[in-house]
Amino acid sequence: MAASSSVSSPSSSKPFVLNDNLKAVLVFLLSLGLFLLFWEVGANAKWFAKGMPTASKTLEELWWWTTNPFFDNGPNDLGIGWNLLISLRRVAIGYTAASLIAVPLGILIGMSKVASKAFNPYVQLLKPISPLAWLPLGLYIFRDSEKTGVFIIMISSIWPTLVNTAFGVANVSDDYLKVSKTLGASRLRTIFKVIIPAALPNIVSGLRISMGIAWLVIVAAEMLLGSGLGYFIWNEWNNLYIPNILVAIFIIGMVGLMLDQIFAYLENLVSFGRS
Amino acid sequence: MHTVSNPAIPTSMEAPIGVQLSLRQVSKVFPGKRGFLNRKSSSDFVAIDEISLDVEHNTFVTIIGPSGCGKSTLLNIIGGLSEATTGTVTMDNRPIIGPGPDRGMVFQNYALMPWMTVADNIKFAVETVYPKLSTAQLNQIVSENIQLVDLNGSERKHPHELSGGMRQRVGIARALAINPKVLLMDEPFGALDALTRGYLQEEIERIWEQHRKTVIMITHSIDEALLLSDKIVMMTRGPAAKIDQILDVPFPRPRDRNSVEHHPEYDALRTEMEAHLYRETRYVEQSRI
Repeated sequence: MAASSSVSSPSSSKPFVLNDNLKAVLVFLLSLGLFLLFWEVGANAKWFAKGMPTASKTLEELWWWTTNPFFDNGPNDLGIGWNLLISLRRVAIGYTAASLIAVPLGILIGMSKVASKAFNPYVQLLKPISPLAWLPLGLYIFRDSEKTGVFIIMISSIWPTLVNTAFGVANVSDDYLKVSKTLGASRLRTIFKVIIPAALPNIVSGLRISMGIAWLVIVAAEMLLGSGLGYFIWNEWNNLYIPNILVAIFIIGMVGLMLDQIFAYLENLVSFGRS
Repeated sequence: MHTVSNPAIPTSMEAPIGVQLSLRQVSKVFPGKRGFLNRKSSSDFVAIDEISLDVEHNTFVTIIGPSGCGKSTLLNIIGGLSEATTGTVTMDNRPIIGPGPDRGMVFQNYALMPWMTVADNIKFAVETVYPKLSTAQLNQIVSENIQLVDLNGSERKHPHELSGGMRQRVGIARALAINPKVLLMDEPFGALDALTRGYLQEEIERIWEQHRKTVIMITHSIDEALLLSDKIVMMTRGPAAKIDQILDVPFPRPRDRNSVEHHPEYDALRTEMEAHLYRETRYVEQSRI
């Protein structure tokens, strides 16, 4: 054993070994390069749909849009930074409103068996409705595209947080409740010091799913609303300028990724060794 | 020899002098499930049947019996987490009607709040029971109890950063910090490996010598019971478990494993307990075939 280990790892000339992360990065870069190459060659050789832009043209546009994010030449020629901020603002308002309703309501529903049974039909009925189905209703009620956008975000991002919060609260470990009970803690103290912290991992993962949905929905909703990233795509479709559509798709993906990472970090923060 | 046969069941509520905790004909029946149209689909389950027990002040009592004999049910009734179907439980001549901080509980799976640090877990308990304490007094009690279980330096750690043995020491510190009259421990070392268990048993003996609080502990281990207890309550198998025998353990205190094992009466007590437990366990296993 000792002999073999001294043979296999001589301290002088260590063989070059890649760890898994480095390998993954290399595979990623390689596949990305191949993809871009295939795209470039294919677009030049007209393998794809007619008028499909090349990779280099698309990257050039991406560079231009990201280096000139804030200009304003009227609603149909707005920098992508402005459009992004418009979308983010709608998401922030609608999502915050949804969370402020979903978390307290979820806690109430989770604590009562009767409430969870009584409210379950509403949740199950409303949850699967496509966000866009609310759009005409929102426009009719609010007569305003801005408010409608926020309303759609709210109504579609409320459910995952509500369901997860109620589940987390209903399934708080009996051990914690027993401790609280034997100490003679008041109901209010038990709720704030035990039940809510115990359910926090579930609440945060609900918030994470809701945020993903809010970001999915805003782009679709904005196609009909006249501003924001979704409208940017719709506008470029009307201009039939495909590179800009691809730029917007990429930016939407990147922002979604960042938002999700924030919540991944928060999840980690409240887990305390629980998976 | 050392056995004190189950005392004749007194009928009055008043417990004898010197008795702190008194159980009188305590039974627990779990009702059977009711099926469609209220027909019984399973029969009632009698977990414990008319158990009477007196626990004197400052004694360490262990309850031992085959698995499934209702030991935990009995402890939960004393702790007020579960209600006796019939019979009464009194502490200092007052009936127990629910959980309360005069009884500290230590759980087999520690039941620490994962989001609180060691100090915060203990502080939560003290603050709940004594909400009027000043911050300085609160911190004083917390640090005293951390000191007591020898966890200095781990105050700011969270439970998932501790070993099982350390977690249970936090559980014990939390239970003692509220200064209960009686400490209830439900197989406190059941989830620990043998070496840690042995170490913690001696820690419990050391801590007990300092406070000499009344303790009721459930265990499966004969050695643990003999090392720690003044009285050992041996229960029969369930369902309808009863107290079979109560043994007095005469070893002088403070004890350590070595002196206990060399005491002249150690072997006789051990043999008696083994015979009882093997007999009851054999019946339990055979009845399952």
